[in-house]
Amino acid sequence: MTLPTLNFLAILPLLILVAATLLVLLADLVVRNKRVLTFLGLLAVAASLAAVLLVRPAAPTFQGMTLADELGLFASVAILVATGLALLLALERTSDFTRRPGAYVALLLLATAGMIVMAKASDFITIFLGLEILSLSLYILVGFAQRDARSNEAALKYFLLGAFASGFFLYGMALIYAATGSTNLAEISKGIASHSASLPFAPLLPIGVGLLLVGYGFKLALVPFHMWTPDVYQGAPTSVTAFMSVATKTAAFASLIRVLAAVWSGDRPWLLALAGLAVVTMTLGNLAALRQTSLKRMLAYSSIAHAGYVLTGLAAGNDRGFEGALYYLIAYTFMNLGAFATIQAVQRRDQNDVTTEQITGLSTQRPGLALLMTVFMFALTGMPPLVGFFGKLYVFSGAVQGGMTWLAIVGVINSAIAAYYYLRVTVLMYMGGATAAAGDIPRTGWAVWTTLVITAVATLALGLWQQPWMESIREAVTLLALR
Amino acid sequence: MLDYAWLMLLFPALGTLIISLFGTRLGKRAVSILAPAMVFLSFVVAVAAFVSLLGLPVDERSREVTLWRWMVVGNFSVDAALLLDQLSITMALAVTCVGFLIHVYSAGYMHDDERVPRYFAFLNLFILAMLTLVLANNYLLLFVGWEGVGLVSYLLIGFWFEKPAAADAGKKAFIVNRVGDFGLLLAIMFIWTGIGSLRFADVFALAPQVWPAGSAVVGAVTLLMLLASTGKSAQIPLYVWLPDAMEGPTPVSALIHAATMVTAGVYMIARSAVLFDLAPASGNWVAWVGVLTAFFAGTIALTQTDLKRILAYSTVSQLGFMFIAVGVGAYAAGIFHLVTHAFFKALLFLSAGSVMHALNGELDIRKMGNLRVKLPTTYWTFLVGAAALAGIPLFSGFFSKDAILFAAFEKQLPVWIIGVITAFITALYSFRMVFVTFWGQERDRRLFNHAHESPRVVTIPLIILAVGAVLTGYIGLPAISAIDGWLAPAFHPAGAAAETHSVALELILLVVSGLIALAGVFAAYQAYMVDPDLPKRVRASLGRVGRLVENKYYIDEIYDMFVVNPLRDLGGWLGGVFDRRGIDGAVNGLAGVTGWLGAQARRLQTGMVGLYALAMLFGAVALLAWLATR
Amino acid sequence: MVPLSWYLILAAALFCIGVFGALARRNAVGILMGIELMLNAVNINLVAFWRHIGPDQMTGQLFAIFVITVAAAEAAVGLALIIAIYRQRNTVNVEEIDMMKG
Repeated sequence: MTLPTLNFLAILPLLILVAATLLVLLADLVVRNKRVLTFLGLLAVAASLAAVLLVRPAAPTFQGMTLADELGLFASVAILVATGLALLLALERTSDFTRRPGAYVALLLLATAGMIVMAKASDFITIFLGLEILSLSLYILVGFAQRDARSNEAALKYFLLGAFASGFFLYGMALIYAATGSTNLAEISKGIASHSASLPFAPLLPIGVGLLLVGYGFKLALVPFHMWTPDVYQGAPTSVTAFMSVATKTAAFASLIRVLAAVWSGDRPWLLALAGLAVVTMTLGNLAALRQTSLKRMLAYSSIAHAGYVLTGLAAGNDRGFEGALYYLIAYTFMNLGAFATIQAVQRRDQNDVTTEQITGLSTQRPGLALLMTVFMFALTGMPPLVGFFGKLYVFSGAVQGGMTWLAIVGVINSAIAAYYYLRVTVLMYMGGATAAAGDIPRTGWAVWTTLVITAVATLALGLWQQPWMESIREAVTLLALR
Repeated sequence: MLDYAWLMLLFPALGTLIISLFGTRLGKRAVSILAPAMVFLSFVVAVAAFVSLLGLPVDERSREVTLWRWMVVGNFSVDAALLLDQLSITMALAVTCVGFLIHVYSAGYMHDDERVPRYFAFLNLFILAMLTLVLANNYLLLFVGWEGVGLVSYLLIGFWFEKPAAADAGKKAFIVNRVGDFGLLLAIMFIWTGIGSLRFADVFALAPQVWPAGSAVVGAVTLLMLLASTGKSAQIPLYVWLPDAMEGPTPVSALIHAATMVTAGVYMIARSAVLFDLAPASGNWVAWVGVLTAFFAGTIALTQTDLKRILAYSTVSQLGFMFIAVGVGAYAAGIFHLVTHAFFKALLFLSAGSVMHALNGELDIRKMGNLRVKLPTTYWTFLVGAAALAGIPLFSGFFSKDAILFAAFEKQLPVWIIGVITAFITALYSFRMVFVTFWGQERDRRLFNHAHESPRVVTIPLIILAVGAVLTGYIGLPAISAIDGWLAPAFHPAGAAAETHSVALELILLVVSGLIALAGVFAAYQAYMVDPDLPKRVRASLGRVGRLVENKYYIDEIYDMFVVNPLRDLGGWLGGVFDRRGIDGAVNGLAGVTGWLGAQARRLQTGMVGLYALAMLFGAVALLAWLATR
Repeated sequence: MVPLSWYLILAAALFCIGVFGALARRNAVGILMGIELMLNAVNINLVAFWRHIGPDQMTGQLFAIFVITVAAAEAAVGLALIIAIYRQRNTVNVEEIDMMKG
C-alpha cells in the first residue's frame, strides 16, 4: 500500500491557523498577560495571509478535495482580513464578557480555518467539514458571554437551527451524490454535462440542489431561513457578530458560487428560484429593519437585506452578476465590520448592545466615532463613491443584463427603503440633542481605532480605485467557466 | 490650462477636508475666509479654462482630462475623468461664480450661528459635488456628483434640526429624491448593458447605431432620466420637496435650491441631447412636464404669503421653463435660461434673506410693506431680480425666457400658449412680491421700526449678482445669439447644422413677451397697490402707469374677476388639495405603508425556535416544489 | 438483496420523523435528538448509495463516517450549551427562551 503524496504547502494557511489555535490554547495555560494571546492570533492571521498570497499551487490538491484557485484566494483574503480586524476589536473588550480570552482567540482562529476550508473546498465532504468546523466554533463564540442570558439564548437558537439546517444540507448532498455518482464538484459537473439523463437517479438532482440551498440559505440568512439572524446577532458579543456577519457570508457565498457553477444548468427556473429568494430576502430584511431600536438588531436585518443583494448577482446568472456578488462581499466585509466596530466602541462595558437612544447626539461627545459611523452608514446605503454603491451597481446591472430588469428594480427600490433606516442613525447622531451621558462610553483604545480607520479607508478607497480588485475578481469568475 | 481643470475640484475638496478636520480649532473667522477663498480659486480656474477653450478652434473645444483609471470589468472600463466642453465650462462658471458670491454672503449671514464650520464644510462639499456632476465625462461620475449634491442638500435643509419642520423637510427631500435617483441608476444600467460604455463620447457616438430612433430601450432610458430629473429639478410629480426645503438657511436655498443643484436635471437632459433626439416622444414628455409644472407652480406662487415659499414655487416654475426648452430640443435656450436664472434667482433669494435678516426672521409678506425706505440697497437688488424674473425687457430673464418661448412656438404651439400665460403669471407674482414687500405702507410697525440695512458683506454680493442678473441676458441676444453658437456643438458632436430662424418672427415674439411681462406687472400693480390708503406719490412715481389708474374700478374688477381671482383660486386649490393631499399625501402615505409593513415584518419574529424551524421547513418545501416541478 | 428503494424509503421516513421531532419537541434535548435522527437518515442514504453506485470507491462510506464524527461533536457542543442555559434559567423549554424577538 502506498500513501498518496500530499501537498501540504497547498493548505499552509490552514495549517498555520490550526497550529496557532493549539498554540494559543497551550499558551493560555502559562501566560499571565492574556493580551499576548490576541497578538499571537494576529500574528497567525498575518502569517496565514502571507501564505495565501505567496504560496499558490495551481492544481487541485488533496485528490481534488480543495482548490487553490482565484475564488478561494479571494475569499481567503476577505475572511482573514475580517478575522484580523475582529481580533483587534476583541483585544480591548473581551474582558468585558469573559475571563477566558485565550479560548476566545483560539475559537476565532478555528472558525477562520473552517471558513477557509469551506471557501476552498471542491468536494462535498470538505465543504461539509469546513461548514461544521466554522459552525461549531461559532456556536460557542456566540454564547461566549456566559453571564449574559441573551448570549446563551442566542447560542442555543443558533445551534438548534444550525444543526437542523445541517440535516437538510447533508440530505441534499447525499441526493446529489446519488444523482451524479460523485461528491467531487469537478466530477459532478462532468457527470451532468456528459450523461445527465442516463443516470438512474438524475431526477434527484434538482431536489438535492434545493436541499443544499436550504443549508446555504441558513448560513447566508436568506429569507425564510433567516429567522435566527436578528436574535443571534443581537445576543452574540459584538466582536463575534462583527466577525460572523461578514466572514461567514464570504465563506458560504464562495462555496455556493462554486456549487452553482458545478451543477449549473443556467435554466430559467433555477435562476428564478434564486431571484425569488433574493426578492423576499431583501424586502423582508429592509422592512423589518425600519423600526428597530437596537442597532445590532437593525444591522442584523440589514445584513439579511445585503445577502439578498448579493444573491441578486447570482440570480443574474452571468459573469457581471457573479463579479458583482464577489465585489459586494469584499465591500460588505469592510463596511459592515466597521459599523459593528463602531457599535462596540460606543457600547457600555456592562452592555452588549447599543440602542438608538444611546447614539442620539453622539456627534457632540465623540465626533470621531460619529463621523466614522456616518461613513459606514452611507456605504451601506449605497452612496457613491463608497464601496456599497458599486456593489449594488454591479449586481443590479448584472440582473439587467441577464434580462431580469424587474429584479434590479426591486433591488433599487429596496435600497431606497434601506436608506431610511441607515440615514436615521446619522440623523440621530448629528441632529438629536445629546441624551447619553458621556461617561457611559468607554475610552476607545488604539486597537479599535485601528480597526475603524482601516475599514473606513477601505470603504472609500475600494470605491475610488477598483482596477486591481476587479481584475482579480474577474479572473476568479472566468475560471468558474459558467455556461 | 485645460489639463489642470482638476484643480477646480481640488480646492473645494481641500476646503471641505480642512474645515471638517480643523474647523472648530481655526475659528469662525478663519473658516469664513477660507471657504469662500477656495471657491474663488475654483472660479479662477474655471475662467482660465474657459479662456483657453475659447482660444481653440470650434471642433477642438471638447477635451477630456483623465485623472485615474477607476474600474475595469473585462472590456468595460470607466475612468475618473473630466470632460471640458462648452456646456460643462458654462455650468462650471455659473456654479463657481454664484457659489463664490453666496459663500461671501454666507460669511455675513451665518455670522451668529454656532455651527459655522460645519456649515462651510457642507457648502464646500456641495461645490465639489456639483462640479463633479457637471464636469464628469461619464454617467457614473455624474451619478456620484448627483448623489453628492442630493446628500449635501439633505444635510443643509436639516441644518437647523432643532426646528422639527427642518428635520421633516430634510427627510422629505431625501425620500423624494431617492425615487428620482432610482430612475437614473436604472437608466445607467440600461446604457451599460446596451452600449457597453458609460463615457458620454462613446454613448453618444454608439447610441444612434445601437438604438434606432424611437426604439423602446432608448425611450425607457430617456424616460428614466426624466424621472430622475423631475426629482432633482423639482418637477411634477416630484416637486413637493422643494418648497419645504426652504426650511434651510437662506443662502442654501439660493445656492442649492435655486441656482445650481435643482438645475442638474436640466443639465443632464441637455447633456444627453443625443439620446433625447433619438426618442422624440420622451422629448414631448419633458416639454409637457415642464410646461404643466411651470403653470401650476406659477399659480401656486400667486397665493403664497411666505416670501421664500413664493420664490421656491417660482423656482419650480422657472425650472419648468427650462424643461420646456430641453424638451423641444432648444438645449442652448434651456442652458441660457439656467444661467440667467442662476443669477437672478440667487439674487432674489439673497435679497429675501437680507429682508429676513432685517426683520428678525419674519418672512410673511403681509407683515411687510414700505421696506424700500429702510432697505434701499436690498430694494433695488430685489427689484432687479424681480424684473429679470418677470421678463421685463432688457433684463436677463426677458431674453432667456423669450428664447424658450420662441423655440416652443416653432415646435409645440399648445406648449407655447400655456408658456405665455405662465409668463404673465410670473410677472404678476414677481411684482406682487415687490409691491407688497417694499411699497405701500408698513403693516407691522414694530418690525418696520427695527428694520435695518444689512452689512456690506451681504449687500456687495447682492450688487454683483444684480449686475449679473442684468448682463447675463446679453450673451443671448437674438440675432447675435452668442450662447447658442457657443453651446450648440456640445449637444450635437456630429455637427448637425444649426437651424435658421426667421429673425422677424423672433422679433415679433420678443415684443409679445415684453408686452406680456409688462401686462403682468400692471396687473400686479392693479391688484396689490390700488388701494384707498395708498399714498399719492406712489401713484405719481409710476407716471406712465399712473394715467391708467383713472379706470381703476373698472380694471380692478376685470382683473379680480377674470384673472387674479380665478388664478388665485386655482392656485389655492392646487396648493391645498393637489399638493397637500395628493402628492404630499402620497409621499407620506408611502412612508406610512412602508413603516406599517415593517411593523408586520417584525411581528413574524416571535423569538420561538420552533417557529423559526417551521419557517425553514416551509421555505424548503416551497423551494423543492418549485425546483422539482420546473 | 434488499433493493435500494427500501433503504431510501427508510431514510426518508427517518428524516421526516427527525424533522417532526425537531419541530414538535419543546425540550431542547428532544430537538437535538430529532436532529440526530435527521443526520442518521442521511447516513443510511449515503451508505446505501455507496453500495449501489460503486463499492470500489470509498466516498459514500467515508462521508458517512465524517457525518457520524461531526454529529458527535455537535451533540457535545449542543449539550454544553443546553446545560449553560439550564444553569441560568432552570429550564430547557425552548418556548420559554424568547428574550429576543421583534
